[in-house]
Amino acid sequence: MMNTMDYAQDRILDPAGLTDDHLDQVFSHLLSAQSDLADLYFQSARYESWTLEDRIIKNGSYSIEQGVGVRTVIGEKTGFSYSDEITLDALIASAKAANAIVKSSHSGRIKTWSRQDNPQAFYDKENPLHSLAEEEKIALLRQVDEEARRLSPYVKQVTASLSGAFETILIADQDGKLMADVRPLIRMNVSVIIEKDGKTESAGSGGGGRQCFDYFTEKARALGYAREAVRQALVNIDAVAAPAGAMPVVLGSGWPGVLLHEAVGHGLEGDFNRKGTSAFSGKIGQQVASKGVTVVDNGTLEQRRGSLSIDDEGTATQNTTLIEDGILKAYMLDKLNARLMGTQSTGNGRRESYAHLPMPRMTNTYMLAGAQQADDIIASVDKGIYAVNFAGGQVDITSGKFVFSASEAYLIEKGKVGKAVKGATLIGNGPEVMQHISMIGNDLALDSGVGNCGKAGQTVPVGVGQPTLKIDNLTVGGTA
Amino acid sequence: MSQITQIETELKSLAADLLKQAQQKGASAAELSIQKGEGLSAEVRMGDVETLEYHRDQSLSMTVYFGQRKGSASTADLSSHAIADSLDAACRIAKYTSEDEFSGLADAALMAQNLPALDLYHPWEIAAEAAIELALRSETTALNADARINNSDGASLNSYSGLGVYANSHGFIGSQAGSQHYINCAVIAQQGDIMERDGWYDINRVPAQLDSPEQIGATAAKQVLKRLDARKLATCEAAILYDPRMARSLIGHFTGAISGVAQYRKASFLQDSLEQAVFPEFIHLYEQPYIPQALGSAAYDREGVATREQDFVKAGRVSNYLLSSYSAKKLGMQTTATAGGAHNLCLASTGQSFAELLTMMDTGLLVTELMGSSVNGVTGDYSRGAAGFWVEKGEIQYAVKEVTIAGNLKDMYQQIVAVGNDIDIKSATRTGSILIERMTIAGSGA
Repeated sequence: MMNTMDYAQDRILDPAGLTDDHLDQVFSHLLSAQSDLADLYFQSARYESWTLEDRIIKNGSYSIEQGVGVRTVIGEKTGFSYSDEITLDALIASAKAANAIVKSSHSGRIKTWSRQDNPQAFYDKENPLHSLAEEEKIALLRQVDEEARRLSPYVKQVTASLSGAFETILIADQDGKLMADVRPLIRMNVSVIIEKDGKTESAGSGGGGRQCFDYFTEKARALGYAREAVRQALVNIDAVAAPAGAMPVVLGSGWPGVLLHEAVGHGLEGDFNRKGTSAFSGKIGQQVASKGVTVVDNGTLEQRRGSLSIDDEGTATQNTTLIEDGILKAYMLDKLNARLMGTQSTGNGRRESYAHLPMPRMTNTYMLAGAQQADDIIASVDKGIYAVNFAGGQVDITSGKFVFSASEAYLIEKGKVGKAVKGATLIGNGPEVMQHISMIGNDLALDSGVGNCGKAGQTVPVGVGQPTLKIDNLTVGGTA
Repeated sequence: MSQITQIETELKSLAADLLKQAQQKGASAAELSIQKGEGLSAEVRMGDVETLEYHRDQSLSMTVYFGQRKGSASTADLSSHAIADSLDAACRIAKYTSEDEFSGLADAALMAQNLPALDLYHPWEIAAEAAIELALRSETTALNADARINNSDGASLNSYSGLGVYANSHGFIGSQAGSQHYINCAVIAQQGDIMERDGWYDINRVPAQLDSPEQIGATAAKQVLKRLDARKLATCEAAILYDPRMARSLIGHFTGAISGVAQYRKASFLQDSLEQAVFPEFIHLYEQPYIPQALGSAAYDREGVATREQDFVKAGRVSNYLLSSYSAKKLGMQTTATAGGAHNLCLASTGQSFAELLTMMDTGLLVTELMGSSVNGVTGDYSRGAAGFWVEKGEIQYAVKEVTIAGNLKDMYQQIVAVGNDIDIKSATRTGSILIERMTIAGSGA
């Protein structure tokens, strides 16, 4: 198979007839004497999705996204423009528009372009959209539907979707570097509605990663999502009202890592800290979490949803220790914020697409395992809740307060897991809650690969994870 | 978008051509929409410009029908080969989707005939320097308002205008140009170790009708200062007053529950609620699609069906679901011209001012911020993070943070006591404050 750079050139630059000289010409309109950073971000992507509902393949859709984003940065100022057309004329027009932020004359030239090989690769260049025949994609959805209905007579409705993306990106920067990446991403979701004893409930499950579609047939993963959705719905249909008030909360391993994403993850993104607007600003070297808490952001995990070989500015991703044994060690940085803070990018410069500016974003963010057994953690709680699944969360970076929404939780009474409780919002303050983590399990798990993170209107795929954790005091938003 | 009529002609001709191509490929019916627009966004922070962005967006999406099977495709690249690829993809997909007896275009007889002039297009020929200047004025006003406001999350001016064309093989072809302009300012206030962020904004289709940057900055300052000294509450039950911006979400949960999709999937806490008394008798919720210059106005829905003035709740009873032609056919009903949602959904006020609502509430929580989304559309169970102000004897006492409010939407709707006349028109959902008799507040306060 072609190397990544040749593939991207073949896919993006050659069809548009763009030569190295043309790129140089574009940069001559983009660079000025004061330019600190300038880049072109080319993207060519294809997406496909199939939906099953009411036992039929209701729809399929295909989409093409292609364009180029043009950016120039001087100090803290960024000029940005983009075009859906990849042509020399459109590029020059975008470069001129982006450069309008600078009032001096243009003076930059790039004589030679150096094509960079990726130092690392965490996924294959295979197009997932072609990895199964259409008949097989549809058969997979039908199997999931049948499995869900087979599992319980109470299942009344099954909705399942299968989606795949295949993106090629190419970055040209002011140092004359050309960098490229080819990124597959797949996802499957199953949701069910069940009716039992006059009550109705729903639940969903899913997974995916930077893979081909056969991932879902291996180890019968797709059927596993159906089983998990039905199991959760059956648990929740008998759920009682959740308690209201502050109490100990035990969080299960894996997906409940949404807690970290909200409580500390966003607060450690470099842009907020450069501006001093995060509750964690200026706290490097300080104890910001209980002893034993180590949190990393790791973009280098094989085939994970949040992984990248290089970020959207061409920086190799890395495994960054954010918090080590409770001490704040590092922020997540892109090039702009790293430069303004006098340090290096951590490979966290990400953007939703060519039509958006890059900013510091998480990749796969998780807490490392501790020493406790999950059972012992639960047994230590006299009265509290055990939350094992979440529907998402949100944070106010500045005050540190955050919420996350439990979608599967149980009462703990005298150290034993009891009745299921209805979904409830948990609310706390990130810096406070991190100091209230009192027990850390030895069962680190990552999520199944369905996470999306939104920031400033941009959505990117991410991963979360954690071992079983105990938080001594968290507000549970129930009614009982 | 200086040559809007020229663009309209181009897009309409592209649409007509593409419908013809779909037919040549054997499609029995097809529909498509094309959007094209451009905009400017200027963001400033701490007295200096931070980003300047030029947007030029375009997209085309289409659905083709081969009898009762369908396939969809979209592209952001409007070159002829990308459009041809998309059409091929949609036709290929339609070979694999199932026969669906309910799929297809909306009935030809329902297509909008006379398109009323809605006056939605007011482009703003604003230079980058002028946009930066307006954003700066807003931020400066907020930063100078009080010494405790010592940092900023930035102020911005965004201006966007564009054109949308929808066409289908009934011969319907409609276009609507529209604009939206937005000024936003968010600042940070500090007191001791506590930092709080808040802001204010205005949005309008007509640039001249935007509040001044100084007004927006001054309100942003007021909002953030009110948050300082916020306290936690102890867990309790109390009356809840949603301010108009938060009240919108209560209407959103309702429209979700009476949407055709939720109804035919039997996934609604208001299942089969037509003609049922979901609200007290004084509640009236209606759609007004033809308000000139309003954010939600439209002459036709996403399927070309003529919009109409209609009630969704009358005298507390559900009078219509929100249906597209697909969900309507699934339910054995007629579309309500709300494919893509209602167009200016208005909740009638029961006449009280905001101050009168505080008096009516006497004691309880005024909610000005909601976080998180623990709202179960199937059961109506509701639990969200909230912040706002504690009210006693009809007077605001202090700011409140880090609480949750919880209940069940079915009970909450029945317990609406009043809807204020402080109607916020900065949204396609128009409502005043909503007072609810009783909900559970959870907090970690003493």
